[in-house]
Amino acid sequence: MSDEVHGFIISSTGRIILRIDVIERGLLMSLLEQLMELVAPEEADEDADPLARMVGIDAQASPPQDPVLARLLPQAYRDDEQASDDFRRFTERSLREHKQFNARTALDSLVGSGAKVTLSPQQAQAWLGALTDVRLALGVRLELTDDNHDALLSLPDDDPRAASVHIYDWLTYLQETLVRCVLASLPETTLE
Amino acid sequence: MGRSTVVATAPVELDLPQSEVDVVPDKPWITIVWNDPVNLMSYVTYVFISYFHYPQAKAEKLMMQVHEEGRAVVSNGSREEMERDVAAMHSYGLWATLAKDD
Repeated sequence: MSDEVHGFIISSTGRIILRIDVIERGLLMSLLEQLMELVAPEEADEDADPLARMVGIDAQASPPQDPVLARLLPQAYRDDEQASDDFRRFTERSLREHKQFNARTALDSLVGSGAKVTLSPQQAQAWLGALTDVRLALGVRLELTDDNHDALLSLPDDDPRAASVHIYDWLTYLQETLVRCVLASLPETTLE
Repeated sequence: MGRSTVVATAPVELDLPQSEVDVVPDKPWITIVWNDPVNLMSYVTYVFISYFHYPQAKAEKLMMQVHEEGRAVVSNGSREEMERDVAAMHSYGLWATLAKDD
């Protein structure tokens, strides 16, 4: 990453833009590709009810074993496993597809972009979702809590987590600046 | 993403019930958003404005409640409506559950 870190800004013509160097772009693309792979819907069972498959209902569903996926695809009921599983059967596939769509949209906006990435309002929304999901994934892997961020930041450089902490902070900065741009672009009536 | 406009329909009742109360009203359910160490305060506010169309002041108040108290009730309604809201919160990456409002 270059010494000078840029976040999202609103251009003089009212468009949301991000200036990034080639390394930052490569890193973002790699993270988004990993996210797409992570949330990809599981292969439907060949014997599954074809109509159910068509409308995105899974025959069976259970909470993911991987803690990252468990955070990205959470239980809908706190104390009711059966209801959570039922909810998952009907919604998990579309949730995964939604997250994939966000990551794909963000990725597409980077492919072929130069040092300047320009986002439409729809692309900005997808970016916010994708940045959230990548940060959630890193947060789980780093075992981030409300209290240990400073401790993670002061890890020695040779700690395998050190690089991830810096990437996480950079993504946080990107998201914070993007939220500000999107909130500033909302119609006045919303902000009364 | 806007709020879904799909309306859940109840099965048609052919034999009208004789009771004075034709329909047992669906007990109100609530959507709860929980605090997490990753989601930004500004982003949570944005989600409440973007999805629920809450005015900024209300969205910020709910966000602060999540932040300070660890959770906030962000909507209430039928079970189906709350399942839709919870699914939407998950699509934004917020940690949300639904429950019966006892």
